[in-house]
Amino acid sequence: MKKNRKTFIKQNMGGVFKSCLAGLALTMAGGLTSAHAVGQLEKDELKFGFIKLTDMAPLAVAYEKGFFEDEGLYVTIEPQANWKVLLDRVIDGELDGAHMLAGQPLGATIGFGTKADIITAFSMDLNGNAITVSNDIWAEMKPNIPKDAAGKPVHPISATALKPVVDRYKSEGKPFNMGMVFPVSTHNYELRYWLAAGGIHPGYYSKTDITGQIDADALLSVTPPPQMPSTLEAGTIYGYCVGEPWNQQAVFKGIGVPVVTDYEIWKNNPEKVFGVSAAWAEKNPNTHKAVIKALIRAAQWLDANNDANRPEAVKILSQSEYVGADYDVIANSMTGTFEYEKGDKRALPDFNVFYRYFATYPYYSDAIWYLTQMRRWGQITEEKSDEWFHEVAKKVYRPDIYLAAAKELLEEGKISKEDMPWDTDGYRAPQTHFIDNISFDGHTPNAYLDKFSIGLKGKDAVK
Amino acid sequence: MSVNTALEDKNMENTETNNPASSAAQSQEAASNSPEKKIANEGVKISVKINNFLELIGFTWFIPIVKLLAGENPVEQLKDILKVIGVPVLAMLIFVGFWNWGAAKIQTSLGAIPGPAAVWQETKSLAADHYKEKEKEVAFYKRQEVRNAKKLEKNPDAVIKIRNYTGKATYPQQIMTSLWTVFAGFLLASVVAIPLGVICGLSPAFNAAINPIIQIFKPVSPLAWLPIVTLIVSALYVVEGDATFSKSFLVSAVTVTLCSLWPTLINTAVGVSTIDKDLMNVSKVLQLGWWKTVTKIVLPSSLPLIFTGLRLSLGVGWMVLIAAEMLAQNPGLGKFVWDEFQNGSSQSLGKIMVAVFTIGIIGFMLDRIMLTLQKYFSYGDAM
Repeated sequence: MKKNRKTFIKQNMGGVFKSCLAGLALTMAGGLTSAHAVGQLEKDELKFGFIKLTDMAPLAVAYEKGFFEDEGLYVTIEPQANWKVLLDRVIDGELDGAHMLAGQPLGATIGFGTKADIITAFSMDLNGNAITVSNDIWAEMKPNIPKDAAGKPVHPISATALKPVVDRYKSEGKPFNMGMVFPVSTHNYELRYWLAAGGIHPGYYSKTDITGQIDADALLSVTPPPQMPSTLEAGTIYGYCVGEPWNQQAVFKGIGVPVVTDYEIWKNNPEKVFGVSAAWAEKNPNTHKAVIKALIRAAQWLDANNDANRPEAVKILSQSEYVGADYDVIANSMTGTFEYEKGDKRALPDFNVFYRYFATYPYYSDAIWYLTQMRRWGQITEEKSDEWFHEVAKKVYRPDIYLAAAKELLEEGKISKEDMPWDTDGYRAPQTHFIDNISFDGHTPNAYLDKFSIGLKGKDAVK
Repeated sequence: MSVNTALEDKNMENTETNNPASSAAQSQEAASNSPEKKIANEGVKISVKINNFLELIGFTWFIPIVKLLAGENPVEQLKDILKVIGVPVLAMLIFVGFWNWGAAKIQTSLGAIPGPAAVWQETKSLAADHYKEKEKEVAFYKRQEVRNAKKLEKNPDAVIKIRNYTGKATYPQQIMTSLWTVFAGFLLASVVAIPLGVICGLSPAFNAAINPIIQIFKPVSPLAWLPIVTLIVSALYVVEGDATFSKSFLVSAVTVTLCSLWPTLINTAVGVSTIDKDLMNVSKVLQLGWWKTVTKIVLPSSLPLIFTGLRLSLGVGWMVLIAAEMLAQNPGLGKFVWDEFQNGSSQSLGKIMVAVFTIGIIGFMLDRIMLTLQKYFSYGDAM
């Protein structure tokens, strides 16, 4: 029996070797014959998903301005019920790609939540989120906030102003609930960052408890973005972190006050990405490149001539099949301003950035920042080496595909040379503009984690 | 629902007994009026026919009008009209009045609850949207033609295909999607439930075996089925390339099936088990085979109850569908409501109200169709 098996293996190995050779010959022959078919689209009818947020704009613009069609792509864009549904539909192939949270491809790849290989070759925007609290909480916070000469609150507002309120709730035994949009969402990490920077513990995740509320002062839970205002109004949560237009919606409805934007928490932070499954990207490389080309052009259009096209973009987004909120609500944040307390409208030209500052380039360092936050709050349960962080980032973020698309656009004369960071190693220069003045260098994730007083680091584990 | 059915039936009996009497009176009248005698007789005949048809489809409120037009006793008919049309219309007007008055009083964060005028406005804007989208569709195909022509110019051997329009589904299209989905789910449910019901009715042992399962699954809400259905459909329905059905469609349709199965199943079983013993004895005497017994005796005599079950099933299916579509993202009315809720714009509430009325009116029409079929099969010969 044993002998039999051995010979079988031998024979089999021989077979494998032979078929390998044959395969090699075939690929070489294939390489020759398909040479003239370079650039042929593998698939030209595509369906992309999105969540009703203004930062889906590149998708809507690429459709409405015909950038997809210019690449020979016939794209249907479909709103999804929530981030989980969106991710599942990308994984099982119902959607070819989608507007995703930056943490989603990373979380899926490392197996936090649904495990699947998702990659991204396009960052959709920078900034664009804010933290809003209910009117009552704002009234309680306001005395703790320094005022300027005109009696207006001085921004950025730190979470230290919120701390006494949370402490009061805690001493009365009442839970202080806040909403964020998804466990691996930018909003979750930004809200946690802001709270922790003000001394409020946002809670840990552990292997067995994935509610993220272990040791928490403020209890965070998931609510889909469009439902945030109604959940706040219902009193289920006292505040939330979400993208636009749902903070401005709270101002318009008079139910809450945005206290801080993510631009103030971390200047020019990377936000959504365009994610596809790794298998899809492998099967449709030319299609993928064509999609990225269309999206880069859409992003360029959005920021062109100092945001001159933004009013038109707002008009597109306010259509019911895209974001669908009222024009005025979307315009409030998309056209270079941001309204905090009702009537306190301030200039914030970089609140939504789609193209400038190399916004669309998928930097490894962006991926690593998200991974450090996953480690900081226990979604990654044990210590990981710096190499591991780099490896995961390089697996998920694919600047190679991005640059191939950008190069074609450059050759076609559609973008200019200085628009793209052609020679970067994929890491941004150390970033210093955080609300707590801690600087971030993507090359050394573990050293970065060591700088936080609240959060897991090194060998720490949640019991 | 069963109460409703009973009422309708009673109603029908009443009018049925009324009919011959009044037409007899009519013909007497006609007889005394000799020059118009023939025409009047014809009129009465036609009116009886039309009224029978109206009776069948359940539009009993038109009957007095037809009778009036046919020249039957005008005073009596006008009284009838006042009763069967005037009262409901008045009630409707009062409802609209209350709505109009009450809506303005309730301020939501999306503004006041839309009144009748605002809802009518949104109905018009949805229609306008539809026509605008149609224009965009035409432009889309034109652009595609130009592009294809260019492609052919470059490479005469290129494979040209016409892609479907990629724009959003408009409101009428969403209604069609919903109807198609509920129809598919309902059909599937009937195909499963009727044979099962027949077997249950014929065999007490089988009935006893399957009864606990029915009792447990019957009260389960679509929301509980949906995640399971989603996962099963995703696992089983794997198609390379272009799928005939989208997964969201299948998930919604199967959920409708699971929830609308039960009324048909139970009613069929009851219908079959309560067949007149004499009929079954006839089959025994004639030594009919099992298949013949089922097709010639069991099914025909249990048809009224089967159709009662089907009617209830379709009602349940239509209600369930909206919830299923919301969650499965099937592009029908349910998704429309969900998307508008998510939009949260100043028109959203109005549009959702339009959807509420659409859902109600379509549900009502579906029920009427089933009622007509039910009556037709119950009193087919009498008609």
